[in-house]
Amino acid sequence: MSSTTNHDVYFIPEPSKWPVVGTIALTTSVIGAVTSIHAGSINLILPVGLLMIAYLFFGWFGAVIKESMADNYNAQVDKSFRIGMLWFIFSEVMFFAAFFGALFYARTIAVQWLGGSSNNAMTHELLWPAFEAVWPVMTNPDNAKFVGPTEIIPATGLPAWNTAILLASSVTVTIAHHALRANHRKPLILWLAATVLLGCIFLVLQAEEYIHAYTELGLTMGSGIYGSTFFMLTGFHGFHVTMGTTMLFIMLIRAIKGHFTAEKHFAFEAVAWYWHFVDVVWLGLFIFVYWL
Amino acid sequence: MSAVIEEHHDDHHDHKPTGIGRWLFSTNHKDIGTMYLWFSFTMLFVGGALALVIRAELFEPGLQFVEPEFFNQLTTLHGLIMVFGVIMPAFVGLANWMVPMMIGAPDMALPRMNNWSFWLLPGAFGLLISSLIMSLMGMGSAPNFGWTFYAPLSTTYGPDSTDFFIFSVHMMGISSIMGAINIIATIINMRAPGMTYMKMPIFVWTWFITAYLLIAVMPVLAGVVTMMLTDRNFGTSFFSAAGGGDPVLFQHVFWFFGHPEVYIMILPSFGIISQIVPTFSRKKIFGYSSMVYATSSIAFLSFIVWAHHMFTTGMPVQAELFFMYATMLIAVPTGVKVFNWVSTMWKGSLTFETPMLFAIAFIFLFTIGGFTGLMLSIVPADFQYHDTYFVVAHFHYVLVTGALYGIFAAVYFWIPKWTGNMYDEGLGKLHFWVSTISVNVLFFPMHFVGLAGMPRRIPDYNMQFAEFNAIASVGAFVFGFAQLILLYNVIKTIRGKNTVKATDQVWEGAEGLEWTLPSPAPFHSFTTPPTVK
Repeated sequence: MSSTTNHDVYFIPEPSKWPVVGTIALTTSVIGAVTSIHAGSINLILPVGLLMIAYLFFGWFGAVIKESMADNYNAQVDKSFRIGMLWFIFSEVMFFAAFFGALFYARTIAVQWLGGSSNNAMTHELLWPAFEAVWPVMTNPDNAKFVGPTEIIPATGLPAWNTAILLASSVTVTIAHHALRANHRKPLILWLAATVLLGCIFLVLQAEEYIHAYTELGLTMGSGIYGSTFFMLTGFHGFHVTMGTTMLFIMLIRAIKGHFTAEKHFAFEAVAWYWHFVDVVWLGLFIFVYWL
Repeated sequence: MSAVIEEHHDDHHDHKPTGIGRWLFSTNHKDIGTMYLWFSFTMLFVGGALALVIRAELFEPGLQFVEPEFFNQLTTLHGLIMVFGVIMPAFVGLANWMVPMMIGAPDMALPRMNNWSFWLLPGAFGLLISSLIMSLMGMGSAPNFGWTFYAPLSTTYGPDSTDFFIFSVHMMGISSIMGAINIIATIINMRAPGMTYMKMPIFVWTWFITAYLLIAVMPVLAGVVTMMLTDRNFGTSFFSAAGGGDPVLFQHVFWFFGHPEVYIMILPSFGIISQIVPTFSRKKIFGYSSMVYATSSIAFLSFIVWAHHMFTTGMPVQAELFFMYATMLIAVPTGVKVFNWVSTMWKGSLTFETPMLFAIAFIFLFTIGGFTGLMLSIVPADFQYHDTYFVVAHFHYVLVTGALYGIFAAVYFWIPKWTGNMYDEGLGKLHFWVSTISVNVLFFPMHFVGLAGMPRRIPDYNMQFAEFNAIASVGAFVFGFAQLILLYNVIKTIRGKNTVKATDQVWEGAEGLEWTLPSPAPFHSFTTPPTVK
C-alpha cells in the first residue's frame, strides 16, 4: 500500500484507476442529462452516471483517506493539498462571479436600456414601448412569453432566518475546529453535528421558499430576468450548501470513527474553508438578490 | 549532481507500469504529458481537415462541395477543436513534461488529478465530435453558431447537439481548472531548494501566470454555458430581451472569458521563445525581470479589454474609448518582450537549428498579428474590419504563427530530451520552410480581402475576392500537408533508427535543470531535489 518512491522527500501516488472512472462517470452523466432533457423525462442513463460519480467519490476519497491514515503524506503533500483547495475555492468564486455579473448587468444596463436610458430611446420606442425599467422586474417586456412574478420574496422573512442560520453554522464549525485542535473529541463531534444540522435546516427552509415562490408568487425560472437571476444564484448556492453539508456529514462520521489528530486534519480544514466560502456567497446573495 | 543522475539509469526501482494500464492509470507527468501532446497532435489533423474542407469550398466563388448549413458547422468545429483541443492541450502537455524538470521536482504536485485532467478531454471531445459525425450521417446538425456561440444563435436557434456541446465545454473547463491548479501547486510547492521565483525559467513563469488566468476565467465560461443551458431548456431569459435579459450580456460574459483565453493561448509560447532564443544565441536572456513583469502586466490587462470584441454592439462611446485605450496599452508590455528577444540575439553567437528558425519566425509573424490587433483596437477602424477576413487573418497570425509555431519550436527543442534521439535536422528545416512560406500564402491575402469587405463564415463570396481566395486555398493545402513532415519526423525520432543519440545537454548553449538530466529523461525526474545556486 505504501506508495512512496525510493526516497524520503517526495510522495508520488501509485497508478490509479479513479481518473478514468471519473471520466466514464462524467461522460455517462452528461449523456444521461442531455438525453433526459431532450426527452422531457429522466431516463436510465442519468442515474447510472450519477451512481458512478458517487462510486468515484467514495473510492477516490476512500483511497486518499487510507493513505492519509497510513501517514503517507508529508508536509509537502499537505501543502499541495492546501494550495489545491484554496485555488479550487477561488475557481468557485469566479463561477458565482459570472452569475453576479449577469445580475448586475441585467439590473443596471439591460433593463435600463430596454426602458430607453443611455442612447436607447429608439430601442424602447420600437421594441416594447410599454415596458417600464424598474427592479425587480415584475412585468417583462414581452409579458405573454415570460409571465412576470406577482410578488417576490422579501429579505426580511425566511432569507433573514437563513442568513442567521448560515452565520451561526460558521461559528459552530469554528468551535468544532478549536475543539479538534485542543483534542477534545466530544465537543468536536457535538459542534460538528450542530453544523450539519444547521446546514440541513437551511436547505429545508430554502426548499420551502422555492415551493412558496413557485406555487403562490408566480416567481419561477421562466418569470423573466428577475426569476432567472434569482434561481440561478440561489439554486447554485443551494447546490453548494448541499455539497458542503454532505462533506461536513462525512467529516462528522470520520470524527466519530476517531479520525484526525489535533495536528493533522486537513480534510476537516478544507471542508471548513469550503463552508465559509458558501457562507460568504450567501451574504452576497442576501444583499444583492434579496435585500437591495 | 551526477550521483543523482546515476541513480536514474537503473530502471528496476522505478516500477514503470506496462501495457495499456500505464496510460490509463498513469500518475507520471511525462506519460501524461505525452498523452496530452498526442491528443493535441491528433486534434490538429482533425481540425486541420475541417479547415481544408473550408478552404476547398472557398477556392472559387459559388457553392462547390458543402451546403451553407454544413459550412457553419465546419467553421464552428474547426475553431473549437483548434482552441480547446489543440493549442490548450499542447501547452498543458508541454507544462507536464517540462515544468517538473525545469524546477527540479520528481513529478507534478497532484499526479492523480493530473491524469484526470487529461482523461476528461477524450470524453469532452468525443461528445463534441460525435455531433459532427451524426451530422454527416444526416442525423441532426452539429453546433453551427461559430466557436464564439453567440446568443441567440446558440440559444433560440441552436440545434439539439448544442446541449452536448454545453456539457462538453463544462468537461473541458473542469479539465483546464484542475490542470491549472496542479501547475500552480507544483510551481509554488515543488521547486528545488534555491530555485527562487526570480530564478525560475521564463517558460515556468509564463505558465504560472497562465494557470492563474485559467482558474479565473474557465469558471466564467462554465457560467455562461450554464446560462445557455437554462435559457434553452428551463425557461430562463438571461439572453432574451423579451424577458428583460440581453443577448449582448452573453457577449460580455463570453469575452470576459474569451479575452484572457487569448493570452492563455499565447503566454506559454512567449515562454518557449524565451527559452529557445537565449539557447541558440548562446547568451543569457536580455531583461529577465522585465520579461516577468511584462507577462504579468499582459495578464492583468487581459481582464479589462474584453469589450474590444464588441465595438459594434452599440455600447456607449465612453465604454468604447476605455476599451480601446486599455487594449492599446497591451502593446507596451508585448513590445517589451519583442525587444527583449531581439536584444538577446543582438551580438549573440547565433545558429539556426529548427527550434531557432521557428522562434525567429514567431517573432516576425506574431508581431504582424500583434500589429493588426492594434489596428483592430481602433474603434472607428474596427467598424470597418469587424467580422471580415481581416479579423480572420489577424487571429490566425497570432494563433498559427504565434501559438502553434511556439509549440512546433518547443517540440523540436525538447524532443531530444524526451526521446534521447536527435530529430532529423534536414526534415525539420524542410518542415519549417514549407510551413513558413505556405502559411503566409494562406493567411496574408486574407488581410486584403478582409479590408475590401469579405465577411467571415460565409461559404460564397463576390467575384472580386476570387484570386486572393484561390491563392489562400493553395497555401492552406500546402501548409496542411506540410504537417505530415512533422509527424514523420516525430515518429522517426521516437523510434530512434538512423538517428543520432542526444547528449544530456542536447544544445550547446542550453542552460537549466532539465538539461542536467540524462536524455531520455528518467521516468521520475528528480527523486532527490537538486540544489540551485
